[in-house]
Amino acid sequence: MLEIRNLHAEVEGKEILKGVNLKVEAGEIHAIMGPNGSGKSTLAGVLAGRELYEITEGEVIYKGRNLLDLSPEERACEGMFLAFQYPVEIPGVSNTYFLKAALNAIRKYHGLEELDAVDFLALVKEKMQLVEMKPELLNRPVNEGFSGGEKKRNEILQMAVLNPTLSVLDETDSGLDIDALRIVANGVNKLHSPENATIVVTHYQRLLNYIVPDRVHVLVDGRIVKSGDKDLAFHLEEQGYDWARDLHEPVENES
Amino acid sequence: MSTEAQDLEKLTGGEYKYGFVTDIETDTVPKGLDEDVIRLISKKKNEPEWLLEWRLKAFRVWQKMKEPTWAYVDYPEIDYQDISYYSAPKVKERPKSLDEVDPELLATYEKLGIPLKEQEMLAGVAVDAVFDSVSVATTFKEKLQDMGIIFCSFSEAVQEHPELVKKYLGSVVPPADNFFAALNSAVFTDGSFVYIPSGVRCPMELSTYFRINTLGTGQFERTLIVAEDSSYVSYLEGCTAPMRDENQLHAAVVELVALDNAEIKYSTVQNWYPGDKEGKGGIYNFVTKRGKCAGVNSKISWTQVETGSAITWKYPSCILLGDNSVGEFYSVAVTNNRQQADTGTKMIHIGKNTRSTIVSKGISAGRSQNVYRGLVKIMKNADGARNFSQCDSMLMGDKCGAHTFPYIENNNSTAQMEHEATTSKIGEDQIFYCNQRGIDTEDAVNMIVNGFCKEVFRELPMEFAVEAQKLLGISLEGSVG
Repeated sequence: MLEIRNLHAEVEGKEILKGVNLKVEAGEIHAIMGPNGSGKSTLAGVLAGRELYEITEGEVIYKGRNLLDLSPEERACEGMFLAFQYPVEIPGVSNTYFLKAALNAIRKYHGLEELDAVDFLALVKEKMQLVEMKPELLNRPVNEGFSGGEKKRNEILQMAVLNPTLSVLDETDSGLDIDALRIVANGVNKLHSPENATIVVTHYQRLLNYIVPDRVHVLVDGRIVKSGDKDLAFHLEEQGYDWARDLHEPVENES
Repeated sequence: MSTEAQDLEKLTGGEYKYGFVTDIETDTVPKGLDEDVIRLISKKKNEPEWLLEWRLKAFRVWQKMKEPTWAYVDYPEIDYQDISYYSAPKVKERPKSLDEVDPELLATYEKLGIPLKEQEMLAGVAVDAVFDSVSVATTFKEKLQDMGIIFCSFSEAVQEHPELVKKYLGSVVPPADNFFAALNSAVFTDGSFVYIPSGVRCPMELSTYFRINTLGTGQFERTLIVAEDSSYVSYLEGCTAPMRDENQLHAAVVELVALDNAEIKYSTVQNWYPGDKEGKGGIYNFVTKRGKCAGVNSKISWTQVETGSAITWKYPSCILLGDNSVGEFYSVAVTNNRQQADTGTKMIHIGKNTRSTIVSKGISAGRSQNVYRGLVKIMKNADGARNFSQCDSMLMGDKCGAHTFPYIENNNSTAQMEHEATTSKIGEDQIFYCNQRGIDTEDAVNMIVNGFCKEVFRELPMEFAVEAQKLLGISLEGSVG
């Protein structure tokens, strides 16, 4: 589904990603772990098409196409979803309106008819149960005045409604208490299927107790220095990232 | 240039849709202004002597006045002798019904999206259409007449209800009030007149559509709305003008009078031609709008959506004379390319327990300048007066400007005032967030800007709110910062 080959990216002339390789197949959950400043969020941003980053080398093949040729909205319409680390507030625009506009934009892209208000609301109500979200949040402006946990749940609600093929969760666990963490993780697990794939970007291992990854990759200084199964996360938790930093030779990811 | 800057260019490059010229024979007075021209206008309109005198007095005052320079706008000197002060479509007689109105003219209104006939039947909106200077057709009049409501052109009111006109004309905006009001008082040619009798709630939105057509004319309309005790009226005003390379002057005066327990709601969607991208052409919109809450518990509410004009100079205001009276001002002002807007309001609290609310949303794009200028004045006897002001500005791109000049004068220690102001750039983060959910940049900007203006839009009557949202989209197509 996704193959990242030798990806280099920089921000304002400073190289952040220094040759990332990663292969994700449908039905898989991958975790990308790493210390602060290792390039985790940059990688998520590059995949979603954030303009801030300049790609200097490498390619990203997504469903057989060069992902980097697509605009951010085309990527979204092609089923690529980024759950933001810091979900953005849009004052005056209701959550429902925003979600409906997004869903219909994607439907339109695929030549489908727009959903009317009744069908849309039924869909949203069903998906809201996944993340145990309060109904009144639907009519509030997008993320405005939401608590940290509500914002993250709202991200997963959007993911549920838009039904992406590839989801990238950027530090979705940050700022969540243990109950919210469990709810968010449950939502993600229920949405997981053999047809889609999920990349979980996180600093801590604890999220991986709830969302169990098929593969774990350690990103240090812009490179994946080690890949393994879920036990690698536990190992990291015990040893700390210093241990990973000492791995001099970057290893190719073979999965 | 970054992609976003290019998007901005694209968005702000939205073409003016209403730039057509109607080919119609007009009766136009030669350019220039002196007492003879005023006499001629007055004669053409068959006005009573007192009104001519009123005009001449205003003219003499105007001659001694200086054009104001305090506004944050910049334009070449206007040659007031190079303007024609009267232009009317040539008709043999005043049309008695819509069937007698020149089909060309009706077609123009169709293009503007206000088919009179259709409106007459479907929308329940009574329209008084002002084409250049003379009111062409007034619909729904009979139905309103039965309720004692007068809704007609100003000229007609002068002929048929001179006592009302005489009583209220200039009672809110005296001729000597300011330079442009004085000019208007001297040369005004037509406009609308509304009178709502005691205890009557006007059952439909009253609407006027202004359009400047003829080359080199100014439009000087005069609107007077009087709401007697315990009455209510909602009035809508929309404006467009054809594309011309030279600037056209629009100096209107609007006066509102609300007596005891009366309420007037006045909504404007102003979409005059803003000039081209380099700032050539466009309307100079120098307008004096003021309402007097003369009675106790009266209320006047101004809602405006200003997207057009090369220059806007306009401060719809409320004089809160009656105890417990309420003044409101809700405004969205959008400027793009080389447009300049200096707009805001004045709330003058005189009566006890008077309240006012100001919500202003300014959006600047391109190389435009957008100013909020407001005055809240609490007089000595206005015990318990309250004001809430909120002025938000949004910037798109880095070549435009937003400025806020809130003046507060408080002479009463029991008054309460709140002022909030914010300035923000339309967020790249917000746009990217929308993009990442599949929404393209143009729709995203539209959504974000409409969200920003929501508090104002919800004050507009439904059909106007829809039009306003569309206009905003056209004015800012693609703007990102």
